[in-house]
Amino acid sequence: MEITRRRLLVLLPAAAVAWKYVLAGTPEASPNYQLTEHWWSMLIDIPKCIGCGSCVRACAEENDVPQGYYRTWIERYHVSDWRIERPEVESPDGGKNGFPPHADDGGKNFFVPKLCNHCADSPCTQVCPVGATFITPDGVVLVDKTYCLGCRYCIQACPYGCRFLNPRTNTAEKCSLCYHRITKGLTTACCEVCPTGARQLADLKNPKDPIHEFLRTHAVQVLKPHMATGAKVFYNGMDGSVR
Amino acid sequence: MFKDIEHLIRLAVVIAIALVAFVILRAAVVPHSFGQYGHYRGAAIGEIASRPVAFAGHDTCEACHTDVVDQKKLGKHVVVACEACHGALAKHADDPGSVQPGKLDTAVVCARCHEANSAKPKGFPQVATADHAGGLACDTCHQPHRPKIETEGKK
Repeated sequence: MEITRRRLLVLLPAAAVAWKYVLAGTPEASPNYQLTEHWWSMLIDIPKCIGCGSCVRACAEENDVPQGYYRTWIERYHVSDWRIERPEVESPDGGKNGFPPHADDGGKNFFVPKLCNHCADSPCTQVCPVGATFITPDGVVLVDKTYCLGCRYCIQACPYGCRFLNPRTNTAEKCSLCYHRITKGLTTACCEVCPTGARQLADLKNPKDPIHEFLRTHAVQVLKPHMATGAKVFYNGMDGSVR
Repeated sequence: MFKDIEHLIRLAVVIAIALVAFVILRAAVVPHSFGQYGHYRGAAIGEIASRPVAFAGHDTCEACHTDVVDQKKLGKHVVVACEACHGALAKHADDPGSVQPGKLDTAVVCARCHEANSAKPKGFPQVATADHAGGLACDTCHQPHRPKIETEGKK
């Protein structure tokens, strides 16, 4: 067949479409993992947290988080007497290297680990103009960094301050609940290294998960329930001063 | 019928070509897994899930280091995962011969958890390391995998 100008004009777009399909191969995650059989969440037992910073260090290492940015961090609360509305909150380097002794040992002192709440109705995914952030069918809020424009809408939308713009890629980044680990049957890096069991990965769709017994028998809260985000990180023993 | 119908046909052809061009361009530009699960690229889930892990997980460690597991079972550190102190060692698990974990400095590692702080739970064992050990490394007296010091004859 002779390639005339007219034929070339017809063939080029057709070839482009075909090539696109060749490139878009779906990589295998884990062969036996079923997206619809899980609904991931996390349980944080505040009275068990010792503020050692193991979770923050492990997260940074597992997920290659840039220095000075945190996918998870620990806050130290200091509440003096009745001033529950005005807690003193500090988080030096995200609690990565622990906490120096507080000047005032009186009052109420405790640690609160924070991370993405993997909201079922998350504000961050609703504002994304290009569909770069989304909740997976198994309940994890992820960022597609090849699609993210870096517009920062989601960073502003998150009421928990869990997102940041990665200065290396200029795309939004956040806790992925170690999606590359939990789909392989492992727990998250932070839960793996937590020495006291203050953090527990939980699968709400698994009837054998101890989370169900725990939720029945404990007074458990989520952060900012008035925002109706459907947060799935449950806090046990959380003081009213925690924001 | 229509006068000068040729004009209308030309217009129809132009619109038809524009429509076809739009459909072809859209198919070329939008990834074909977009919309598989929702308003996002479905293939992104698999891409994120296929990243390699850095922490091997304590089950992997325990498959080989059974002697340490037996030691830990005798003390309270049984609940502490290996990589909480030793660091991420999936590379060591993949190739134990060439990647060896480094020796830990107990003065740093132990203090991360056990340095006294008023915000720590009251029941958690804490010491002010400066007063407690006077600069000695923790493993001078304590065995990190089974830290409680047991005097002879008394268990």
